[in-house]
Amino acid sequence: MSPALLLIGASFIVALTLGLCARRGRAMTLEQWSVGGRGFGTAFVFVLMAGEIYTTFTFLGGSGWAYGKGAPAFYILCYGTLAYGMSYFLLPAVWRYANAHALVSQADFFECKYESQALGIVVSVVSVGAIVPYLVLQLKGLGIIVSEASNGAIPAAAAVWMGSVVLVIYVVASGVRGSAWTAMLKDALILIIAVFLGTYLPVHLHGGFQAMFSRLDAAHPGLLTLPARGMSSAWFISTVVLTALGFYMWPHTFGSCYTARNERVFRRNAVLMPLYQLVLLFVFFTGFAALLEVPGLSGAAVDLSLLRATERAFGPWVLGAVGAAGLLTALVPGSMLLMSACTILSNNVYAKLVPGTSDARVAWIAKALVPVLALVCVLLTFRGGETLVVLLLMGYNVVTQLFPALILSLTRAPLVTRHGALAGIVAGELTVMALTLTGATMSSLFPSWPPAITDLNVGLVAMAVNVTVTLAVGRVGKFATR
Amino acid sequence: MRWYRWLAVLPAIGMLGGIPFANRVTPYVLGLPFLLFWIAAWVVLTSAIMGLIYALDQAREHAAGSPTP
Repeated sequence: MSPALLLIGASFIVALTLGLCARRGRAMTLEQWSVGGRGFGTAFVFVLMAGEIYTTFTFLGGSGWAYGKGAPAFYILCYGTLAYGMSYFLLPAVWRYANAHALVSQADFFECKYESQALGIVVSVVSVGAIVPYLVLQLKGLGIIVSEASNGAIPAAAAVWMGSVVLVIYVVASGVRGSAWTAMLKDALILIIAVFLGTYLPVHLHGGFQAMFSRLDAAHPGLLTLPARGMSSAWFISTVVLTALGFYMWPHTFGSCYTARNERVFRRNAVLMPLYQLVLLFVFFTGFAALLEVPGLSGAAVDLSLLRATERAFGPWVLGAVGAAGLLTALVPGSMLLMSACTILSNNVYAKLVPGTSDARVAWIAKALVPVLALVCVLLTFRGGETLVVLLLMGYNVVTQLFPALILSLTRAPLVTRHGALAGIVAGELTVMALTLTGATMSSLFPSWPPAITDLNVGLVAMAVNVTVTLAVGRVGKFATR
Repeated sequence: MRWYRWLAVLPAIGMLGGIPFANRVTPYVLGLPFLLFWIAAWVVLTSAIMGLIYALDQAREHAAGSPTP
């Protein structure tokens, strides 16, 4: 048996065991299942939230961007940091309200705050629409990382099936507790592997960080700075601002803040989490080292740069360990996504359409939906073509449209009506769709404007439409009582 | 008035506002190209600033005699 098979197989089994043990004789009511009975301390909330940063996208994509694009990749380091600063003020306010009203999902928050079932359903649709492609992306990443790390001994399709079965079993059995336990293991592994690769490759192969960067700068002039056009400073700043605002708007991230035991958990995390982001530096280092070691990858293959460089430098054992870590980076956020979507579909859609559904039945339906939704995502992983790509491109902009309505609902006196919130979200989402489907950019919309404007992230247009409509509609008529 | 909470806007202003000026390779600091050093330094500073706000919040709540849970 090859080392990769052994390590990847072992991590499948450990993830499953941890996921099942996490239950520990608790009766899984919806509140236990979705938000861990609101009893998690700093460490669990930390790894849950960190679980959402270190996904397969950051692991493979972060090094892939450094390899393929260079300095623009640094935006990944910035937006999380700024979002954590914001979380110090945002999350305690969200948690307090959610705790007082026993909320279990993000859609609950909007529905309850604005006293509008219609808004709850719109937010549910937005949430599930953003979750499904993101989950499919995790499964695709899982397939690639496992098949590459095992040199094809485990085909991608088999890895996707195995991963999904493990996901379904531990999500149904343990809910968010399963995610939290697996996240502990995942973070330990990722930390060790990222720091090891990101230190060993530059230092051992190139004689140090500065030596490696000097060599890169000579071989690829301009790689280590932002270009004057395209992914310029203007692009960088606008993208960081938009993604930082959208960071906590992902339904599973928003929902995972409900698991906290008290508000202080978020304040402590806001201090610690930026430092944890620094692990991304080592992911970048790996991508940069790979560019010198295994040059010539292009297109989608840049995402394999980390695996290729690892294989070349170390051989099968370390490659297998990277594969095992990669598997866990897909399973943890995957389980959070799956659980959030099923909670929303059962609690915010089914229970609203069929009034009088008992709590026990809502919990049962949510769990019953887990294998169904997982199967849908597996099929989309194999069959999803262009539509999926479009949905993915939209993902971050789609969830970011929830930000204005959220922030305007947190002030002491109500600022906008439920109609304003609803109209703003719908207008923002329609704009995102129109921009994505037409492939519009700022330079295609405003061709004669200077680069400082045309390089801006086009998501700003949707945000501007959203805010304008929210305020215009939201200032007339009766304000929602809070 | 918790005036010190306004410190939390510094990371956004410093990290992003400095990008056009920090967008260069040299000088290398701690082995990093300058742009990457600038960003990494602000990540560390963000943590320090949030730590300061946390400490001041704690002290204030402790003094008020009603620590929030």
